[in-house]
Amino acid sequence: MTYDIAIDGKSYRLDLNRAEGGWSCRVDGREVAVDAVLARPDVLSLRIGNQAYEVKCERVAGEMHLWVGSARFAAEVRDPRSLRGRVRAVDDHGPRKLTAPMPGKIVRVLVSQGAAVEAGTGVLVVEAMKMQNEIKSPKKGAIQKILVSEGAAVNAGDVLAIVE
Amino acid sequence: MFKKILIANRGEIAVRVIRACHEMGIAAVAVYSDVDRAALHVRKADEAYPIGAPAASESYLNIQKILDVAARSGADAIHPGYGFLSENAKFARACADAGIKFIGPTAAAMDAMGSKTRARQAMERAGVPFVPGTSRGLESFEQAEQVATRIGYPVMLKAAAGGGGKGMRLVHVPEDLKSALEGARSEAERSFGDSEVYIEKAIMNPRHIEMQVLADGHGNTVYLGERECSLQRRHQKVVEEAPSPIVDPDMRKRMGEVAVRVAQAAGYTNAGTVEFLVDPQKNFYFLEMNTRLQVEHPVTELITGLDLVHLQIRIAAGEKLPFTQDEVVIRGHAIECRIYAEDPDNNYFPSPGKITLLLLPSGPGIRRDSGMYEGWTVPMDYDPLLAKLIGYGTDREQAISRLTRALNEYFVGGIKTNISLFRRILSDPDFRAGRMDTGFLDRLLKQKEAEAPADPKAIEVAVIAAGIFATLGSAAAGAGERPVASVSANNKPHAASNWKIAARKEATK
Repeated sequence: MTYDIAIDGKSYRLDLNRAEGGWSCRVDGREVAVDAVLARPDVLSLRIGNQAYEVKCERVAGEMHLWVGSARFAAEVRDPRSLRGRVRAVDDHGPRKLTAPMPGKIVRVLVSQGAAVEAGTGVLVVEAMKMQNEIKSPKKGAIQKILVSEGAAVNAGDVLAIVE
Repeated sequence: MFKKILIANRGEIAVRVIRACHEMGIAAVAVYSDVDRAALHVRKADEAYPIGAPAASESYLNIQKILDVAARSGADAIHPGYGFLSENAKFARACADAGIKFIGPTAAAMDAMGSKTRARQAMERAGVPFVPGTSRGLESFEQAEQVATRIGYPVMLKAAAGGGGKGMRLVHVPEDLKSALEGARSEAERSFGDSEVYIEKAIMNPRHIEMQVLADGHGNTVYLGERECSLQRRHQKVVEEAPSPIVDPDMRKRMGEVAVRVAQAAGYTNAGTVEFLVDPQKNFYFLEMNTRLQVEHPVTELITGLDLVHLQIRIAAGEKLPFTQDEVVIRGHAIECRIYAEDPDNNYFPSPGKITLLLLPSGPGIRRDSGMYEGWTVPMDYDPLLAKLIGYGTDREQAISRLTRALNEYFVGGIKTNISLFRRILSDPDFRAGRMDTGFLDRLLKQKEAEAPADPKAIEVAVIAAGIFATLGSAAAGAGERPVASVSANNKPHAASNWKIAARKEATK
């Protein structure tokens, strides 16, 4: 199996296959001796040569993060065969979604539908754990839609408004 | 002794008190709001009663509901923990009226300490040093001007009913005094329904050091040493330690004796804390008294060998303090880290959610007081304190190295926590040298963390691990979500059959 693996945005080619009860592994074409034991779900004990590592996997809101010691890496795994047609990098053109950064309650909607906003204009206020977090517009434009009302409960990742 | 105690709280402190009850052979009654049915304190209790909606005013702050549960369960005492109703004199009075023992000071002692101006008046009479200024509310701008000129700028305006930084204004120059006074008054009126504001000299970058006291109902009051609590942000403590790196036995004795005088002046019983501001010349000034068990009480427990919750319960049951001041011995050093559900990459905003993976530290010198468990969803309705990690050692250096080691073992997955912040603090040269004040943490956070280039070996490990996790699919996933969408070719989550999952499990053996 060949993967393209992006660690904090930088891509690496990984060839990983099972071999005689273990793994055969090449990182960017270089052979690496790997011995892996799944210690428990989301925790991998790895030996690379004789160096021992414990790797923790965190899966939240569709994203995967790996912890090696106290270093945290954003990891994205792609099958290179399906690379075509992948999403473009987000740019400033076109509508942008404002999403809830955490579960909480909408305590205030600061602008109305159709209002013109600058980048950084506060659009909504979400409250969780006695703290209020202002959700700001990521770009200059107009509020195309407000999808929540004051008092609504939201989950992390919910789309709250759209700026175009 | 009591047979059954109701704990009017939640989270780690409710668990802490339940443990003390069980150690003393006392049954523990939990109360919980609608979002806390699965909380750890409910799991640990002997009896548990629902008390309503998540909003604290509907549940943990609702005096009538809590007293109803006390009556229904037959509890003979209530432990309020910290926060919520713990410093509410009305609640203490309502308990007394209902014939239930409130584990804490009397309502009268709480009243005496509840208003900052009233507390200052009491301290004035008791001859306790406090920050120079007025001990009554300001009557006019002219009076404020006169006092400010006399004590010297910068000055601080403070709401008598204040707390949490509300109704507070720092004034550097006379021209700003008038608008600051108006601002403090209207904020105090809005926040506390009381516009009384007083003035005191501003002590710039002080240390915040507090003294633990214990008083029984037989006239005995002792102090148990100080805690250094200078590491704060948004007026919230983050790291506490005991003893303070700057307090020597002589200063401890002087502070302790003042703290005892403060407690006695208020007719105080049970556990309490006298807070002091300490200036760079080590002059200390009375700030306020907290009439409850503090979050950071474990550091005092570790260096004195005493159990403060056991003692609180014994005192409330009418027992005498089982030791004298001379028998209090301080040994070793303890440091506490408050683990909050906060996102370090998003200005430390709260980060509630499901804990998908929890790996716990243990070993020599480590104590963990926690209210969380793997698979539990941290509700968004309350304070984000998840747990406290406390390191103990024969000296400060060993306490720091044990705590650092334990922080590296600690892993909370699925939600963001401030664990990384403690690694930064504990390795900071000023912290290591014991040089700190209440501005320390804000200054530390303003410095961009030195972006150490990622270790190429760690990146290689991450690449390999990512591939193995992807190959193993859902068989390797814990309490979190199904394997992430981007893992599979068609951008849909893996739909691995049970056969495949079993085969993958085999493959990793």
